[in-house]
Amino acid sequence: MAIVETRDVRKHFGDVHAVDGVNLTTKEGEFLVLLGPSGCGKTTLLRMIAGLEDPTGGEILIGGQVVNDLPPRARKIAMVFQSYALYPHMRVFDNIAFPLRAQGVPRVEIPHKVEWAAGLFGIEKLLHRKPRELSGGERQRVALARAVVREPAVFLLDEPLSNLDAKLRTSARDELQQFQRRIGTTTIYVTHDQVEAMGLGDRIAVMQGGKVRQIGTPQEVYDEPADTFVAGFLGSPPMNLLEIPDCLVGFRPEHFLPKEAHESRDGLLALKFHISRIEYLGADRLLYGALEGKFPDTKVISKLASTVSTPVQPGKTQDFAVREKDFRFFDRETGLRTRPRPV
Amino acid sequence: MATLERDLRAPAAGRRFGFVLDRPEWLGPLMIAPAVLYIVAIVGLPFLLALYYSVSDISMGRRTLGFVGLKNFISVIPTSKFQTSLQNTFVFAIVSQVLVIILANILALALLKEFRGKWVVRLLLLLPWVAPISLGTIGWLWILDSIYSVINWTLEAFGLITADGWPMYLGKPYLAMGSVITVHVWRLLPLATVIILAGLTSIPKDIHDAAQVDGASFWRHQFQITVPLIRPILLVALLFGLVFAFTDMVVIFVLTRGGPYDTTQVLASLAFFTGIQGGDLAEGAAIAIFLFPLLLAVAIVFLRIARRAEVT
Repeated sequence: MAIVETRDVRKHFGDVHAVDGVNLTTKEGEFLVLLGPSGCGKTTLLRMIAGLEDPTGGEILIGGQVVNDLPPRARKIAMVFQSYALYPHMRVFDNIAFPLRAQGVPRVEIPHKVEWAAGLFGIEKLLHRKPRELSGGERQRVALARAVVREPAVFLLDEPLSNLDAKLRTSARDELQQFQRRIGTTTIYVTHDQVEAMGLGDRIAVMQGGKVRQIGTPQEVYDEPADTFVAGFLGSPPMNLLEIPDCLVGFRPEHFLPKEAHESRDGLLALKFHISRIEYLGADRLLYGALEGKFPDTKVISKLASTVSTPVQPGKTQDFAVREKDFRFFDRETGLRTRPRPV
Repeated sequence: MATLERDLRAPAAGRRFGFVLDRPEWLGPLMIAPAVLYIVAIVGLPFLLALYYSVSDISMGRRTLGFVGLKNFISVIPTSKFQTSLQNTFVFAIVSQVLVIILANILALALLKEFRGKWVVRLLLLLPWVAPISLGTIGWLWILDSIYSVINWTLEAFGLITADGWPMYLGKPYLAMGSVITVHVWRLLPLATVIILAGLTSIPKDIHDAAQVDGASFWRHQFQITVPLIRPILLVALLFGLVFAFTDMVVIFVLTRGGPYDTTQVLASLAFFTGIQGGDLAEGAAIAIFLFPLLLAVAIVFLRIARRAEVT
């Protein structure tokens, strides 16, 4: 187990600043998620921590030791790749045994350790198969077993669930988290999927343009976004943003409800909402439309849970409202959070 | 209704041939016909002719062609000339291929990395392959010449050999074999390198990254990951090279003509000297096709292994 720290880590490819001064410190045994859109530098950062990519500047520390000049094999890390990167010509057993053999683990101990790792993921029956004879979910387990078998100090996972179908992904997410809790190894997990990030992470580092925009618990980054990027990236659909004279004000679609759906009438800001289209998604309905009155023609979205029984109809203008305490304020220039003010 | 029927019929009547090309059962054979014709005319017929020559009594200047069974084989196989050539063929083919595969692997690995001036190195490397082989070999003839050898001049200038101790690269038995093998390796190296390079670039980068993270050393990485993954393509390169080495004689013909004392004579050159220059077409054909069953077997075995190899 170890703490991973990056100090002003940068990676430039020519003029492109893929990673642009990242400072991060994990906690012991933490599940840290790097979340961001594609091209935000999250995978590059992970690869630098793994030692597969040399930083242009800054320091990377694992367990308090600067590892910039150490090759990947000396960093006590294990990595799971998006493609799983199983060795196609080796049986599952040899795939899992490969890191042990590479590290010179005594021959007699290898079968025992391989079986232990395979047992963790329930793949003991697959040890004699070749990777191409496995399903996507099985391959993913083999990749995890191969990572865990040498008991690394840090796990690095690069979108390991993105090649699974939606149903499998949910169960794999659950298993992955339980497994991480059980072994308690510091884990850094890269994803562009906010649901995965929210569900798995102890903390989430939201990245964009090579920089960390915010780091915090899932609740913090969702409820208290540090800037308009985080506010727009997290949440589906994203936060609604309105322009008021000296700043931007945001509110979540699920807080934008018909007036009568609010429990209390106090502290509400009433808004006229012209509904143009309704998407029925089973558990929720998404209402697309524009505000009228104070904020003419500002496009907003409302998300109504199926428990909200107020009738809504496309083409109509209805009375909606947001609680004032659900407003978040952002600076118009920098996009950063600012102090609340009256709307 | 009537107009519609006419509209449908009209183009069909006018452009019947155009629609023939839309039908796979016509288009397929039509597209493959040139290739079939080419193979039959340039490869198939001469091969069958050679097969027949080898069991006939044909020779230059005779107008009759009689069937003699295996007589040509029976008479030529026991001769010491044939035995030496057979042995030389194997030495030449196997030694040159072992060298080619090792060197091509090293070169391909080096060329996989990014470095300044990579394209110049690639260009230089490919030159032996794109230049006419006879021209290149004539260049080597001068490099290895007994009087003008630039190698010997250089060695003497550095004081490594004396004027009376010049090696006769093409005039001494072992040196001559070494020389023709060297030039043959020089010539086949580009093709093998390019083939292996193609194989190497087809390995996903993640696999190499995983091996690196898993702690594989350079040699373990090469021999347990890279080489097994390119084995199918490696076998194809080896097969090409072997067939080339077993059947080609340009290098030997230009450099030594099989000499000195037949020490570099291989079956291909012996067939040429016997059949074309010696006029005994029947015996030349017998020598030429002697290795055919062996090469066929080698090709089948290699292609089977290559196909069986595991690739995701």
